[in-house]
Amino acid sequence: MTEKLVAQVLDGNPRAIARMITLVENHSKEASALMKEIHNYTGSAHVIGVTGVMGSGKSTLIAELTRYYRREDKKVGIIAIDPTSPFSGGALLGDRVRMTELTLDPGVFIRSMGTRGMLGGLAGAVYDVIEILDASGKDIILVETVGVGQAEVDIIKIADTTLVVIVPGLGDAVQTLKAGVMEIADIYVINKADHPGAGQTVAEVQSLVELSSRDRKIPIVETIAKTGEGIPRLVEEITLHQCYLRESDKLVEKRKIRYEAELVEIIRNKLLDMIYDENVVRHRVDTVVDRILSKETDPYTAAEEILGSILK
Amino acid sequence: MERKIRVLVAKPGLDGHDRGAKVVARALRDAGMEVIYTGLHQTPEIIVETAVQEDVDVIGLSILSGAHMTLFKDIMNLLKERGMEDVLVVAGGIIPEDDIPRLKEIGIAEVFGPGTPTDTIVEFIEKNVKLRE
Repeated sequence: MTEKLVAQVLDGNPRAIARMITLVENHSKEASALMKEIHNYTGSAHVIGVTGVMGSGKSTLIAELTRYYRREDKKVGIIAIDPTSPFSGGALLGDRVRMTELTLDPGVFIRSMGTRGMLGGLAGAVYDVIEILDASGKDIILVETVGVGQAEVDIIKIADTTLVVIVPGLGDAVQTLKAGVMEIADIYVINKADHPGAGQTVAEVQSLVELSSRDRKIPIVETIAKTGEGIPRLVEEITLHQCYLRESDKLVEKRKIRYEAELVEIIRNKLLDMIYDENVVRHRVDTVVDRILSKETDPYTAAEEILGSILK
Repeated sequence: MERKIRVLVAKPGLDGHDRGAKVVARALRDAGMEVIYTGLHQTPEIIVETAVQEDVDVIGLSILSGAHMTLFKDIMNLLKERGMEDVLVVAGGIIPEDDIPRLKEIGIAEVFGPGTPTDTIVEFIEKNVKLRE
């Protein structure tokens, strides 16, 4: 079954791609074997991360970028991440609403993912899903993070090019964003550039760019995603960044960072799977929490006790 | 690792009333499911292609326009064509009693009319879904 599924994925079959993504998302038994098979077929896609506050127009921007790339006959994969509820474990994944017309284009594959407990604005299986889409022949992979605040910066661990989307009207918020999210951009996108205050926002970002000591000057692109204005210039800047990465050693560096992050994630998961029998630990945690509450023990002692008994 | 039930909540056809669909989507989310919501005016082709790409276990169709017989039949046929007949399909909205047996004949597992408690829908899905690995 593994061989057949891998062959179909490499062939770009959407049903097979979707099945394989489910298998890795659920940490199924077959997942590791499948991922091992496809690794040699990856590495050619350009991964573009799109991050920004909620409502900044990330989904609409991605839809417009995809339309543009499709006119150039490039195949596009989209990973749209929305938050998983910390209370129910469920999620409402609504990014496709802005991408409806792309659904029937055989050159586009869209997958919605919940964060499933992962912090940093990404979903746990996102590394694997990028590899799967890459192996399936996509030229461009767009990853939409959850709507971020200030510190969800993990997108730089996976993206070759990171777009930080900013909208006018947040006023001083741009100032407070200086550290964290504002530091990770390869390109700043000022979306909703027709809204009042856009000029002010551009000026504020401009001054940030001028203060930066990085060797590459970060471009600022104004867009109106809803009408597609500014998209050609944005694509041009992405292509320029891609060339810059290739000509310097930066692309290799970026890919190394991604594999390193992925490796740590895999080890963490495998370790957890090995020692963490959900039912056993859950039961112990429940009883121990009561003892912590009544000051019979403390969290550190309790953790050492539980780990000690599992690892012995 | 636990498996999450993935549900596509879709509105086929031309009516513009998505309040019910949103209430159900939220209830399913609160029951721990991953709900893909795609908005209004979806064609059968788009609904089925979305179900394929998202690899959902369940499709919930909400319709108030009266065109359910035609649209649902198209959706069920397309699902079969794509080898997705193991997906649990349920429906809600304004659907006359008399039509329900015929909808069940074409493979709609259950029809939930106005006023159905959301718990009933959650329970039905949990009991009847065939979780794909």
